[in-house]
Amino acid sequence: MVPDVPEQRDIWPAVRAAVVRDAAGIGVATGAYALSFGAIAQTAGFSVAQTCVLSLAMFTGASQFALVGVVGTGGAASAGVATAVLLGTRNALYGVRLSPLLRARGLRRLSAAHLVIDESTAMATAREDPRAGRLGFWATGLAVFICWNIGTVVGAAGASALADPRSLGLDAAAPAAFLALVAPRLMHRETALVAAVAAAAALASVPFVAAGVPVLIAALVAVAAGLRPPVRSR
Amino acid sequence: MWGAVLLASAGCYALKLAGMSVPQRVLADARVRRIGALLPVALLSALVATQTFASGHDLTVDARAAGLGVAAAAVAVRAPFLAVVAAAATTTALVRAVS
Repeated sequence: MVPDVPEQRDIWPAVRAAVVRDAAGIGVATGAYALSFGAIAQTAGFSVAQTCVLSLAMFTGASQFALVGVVGTGGAASAGVATAVLLGTRNALYGVRLSPLLRARGLRRLSAAHLVIDESTAMATAREDPRAGRLGFWATGLAVFICWNIGTVVGAAGASALADPRSLGLDAAAPAAFLALVAPRLMHRETALVAAVAAAAALASVPFVAAGVPVLIAALVAVAAGLRPPVRSR
Repeated sequence: MWGAVLLASAGCYALKLAGMSVPQRVLADARVRRIGALLPVALLSALVATQTFASGHDLTVDARAAGLGVAAAAVAVRAPFLAVVAAAATTTALVRAVS
């Protein structure tokens, strides 16, 4: 409940401008990152049309990278789908947090759900004023959606024009992208430990299971760690 | 491939919509929250490791490892996403060109 004091009304235009400016900045940054998604998807053997449908319909970066990454390194399509969907579970947790803020119903909820991603959730929850939070969600979600899809088309079309993407080292672009995505989550000792054990478990299983499955084995590490009582209370 | 594209897209959208539709108390379970936070960490780290060091069923250290090392350095100095990816690709291409 925000008290309706005159001061609050006066600062709203400034707040609104700041939120929209931040949203546009985030949109442009993720658009640049979509260039690499488009290029990596081409290297993995996805057509330009399939790459664009992924950005339009899946619209959650880490899952998209995971699907093309697993399939591109010889993994079964089913392992790629499973990895992508498992990575998408965090969006469900975001949605639980966002729904009381957005209070969207019907068609509005269907479209809001599509925009539930890391960036829009961060912007929606970064501000205390619920009105600014809602604006942050929609502005960031739409800015990222537009820039992400433009970046994907440009990246995919650019890479499909290349004769041999491997000679440009594009097969190393995917692991670098995953590293950049996971790095901000490694600040706590416990998450860093889970990351190390998960990576080791995946590598250890590479010789014995089908390509793509090692990543799913790593998911079990997260489930096991999550079910254990916390190592310390804080 | 189209099947995988559409199935994974439908799955990811269903999860987003489910999150917007389930009652708040789901998040009250500490284990759900912890697994939700740890799952992306485990999956992404495993993807980094396997996409750098696996080649079919073999473990190898090749030009991709050099690319990942440079990417790690770029992440450490807080380089933007595209710079991290470009640095890794360029390094890998250079190592391949000279070896």
